[in-house]
Amino acid sequence: MFEGVPLTWFLITGTIMFFVGIYGFLVRKNLITILMSTELILNSVNINFVAFNKILYPDHLEGMFFSIFIIAVAAAEASMAIAIIINIYRRLVNIDVEKMNEMKF
Amino acid sequence: MTPNQLMFAIFSAVIIVFSILTVTSRRILRAATFLLFVLVATGGMYFLLRFNFLAAIQLTLYAGGIVVLIIFSILLTSHIAEKLEKPDLKKIIPAFLVAAGGALITIATILQHKFPVEIASGSERTNIRVIAKSLISTEKFGYALPFEVISILLLAAMVGAIILAKKRKD
Repeated sequence: MFEGVPLTWFLITGTIMFFVGIYGFLVRKNLITILMSTELILNSVNINFVAFNKILYPDHLEGMFFSIFIIAVAAAEASMAIAIIINIYRRLVNIDVEKMNEMKF
Repeated sequence: MTPNQLMFAIFSAVIIVFSILTVTSRRILRAATFLLFVLVATGGMYFLLRFNFLAAIQLTLYAGGIVVLIIFSILLTSHIAEKLEKPDLKKIIPAFLVAAGGALITIATILQHKFPVEIASGSERTNIRVIAKSLISTEKFGYALPFEVISILLLAAMVGAIILAKKRKD
């Protein structure tokens, strides 16, 4: 319990967000929307880390540091992914995953 | 219903509704805006748990940085008025089954498990001095090595992104 809010509520919110991200990852075709689904997945994991940290070990900050590192990795990943997407767009003039069937140009 | 529970309900509802809209909206710029709402609500949840520093990082880096980057790349690669084509049912049904099945199994497991630990949590805010000290300490609960590794990763990502997106002279 965190001041009246049970731990399970946080976990359920995180779970729903995670699987909505999975659904988007599987259904979407545009590369940028797939990237947005990945951000949803990473974000939901952060909520779990932080909730566990606060409710089990309020005096330590381990979960928070994990979240900080996940956010940093997500930032690096987003910048790389967008560089790759723009490069692909320059060569193929669209960013549909199904139209990209060759790795080497 | 305590104020905390009310705030949690609001943030949680915003997160769930707008994350579903993010993956189903057919206008890509709107999807990015919905993603922004989700990220801001997550930041609110960190404020609720009194991780002020983490919430500030979430708002500046995620909501400020990554979403702006995504919107820029959307504007570079597609027309604003353009609608994404509807994904066909053959793709939606398996994806929905996977997502719904996974969510149901996970939620059932969470609800079955009685979390036995009932530590009364301290409500004090995270002290920025403690965070800074443990990020550079090499003792127990110190994060000097991951901190250095993540800085090298960010530097490498920056250099790589510049080289990848640079116009080539062919």
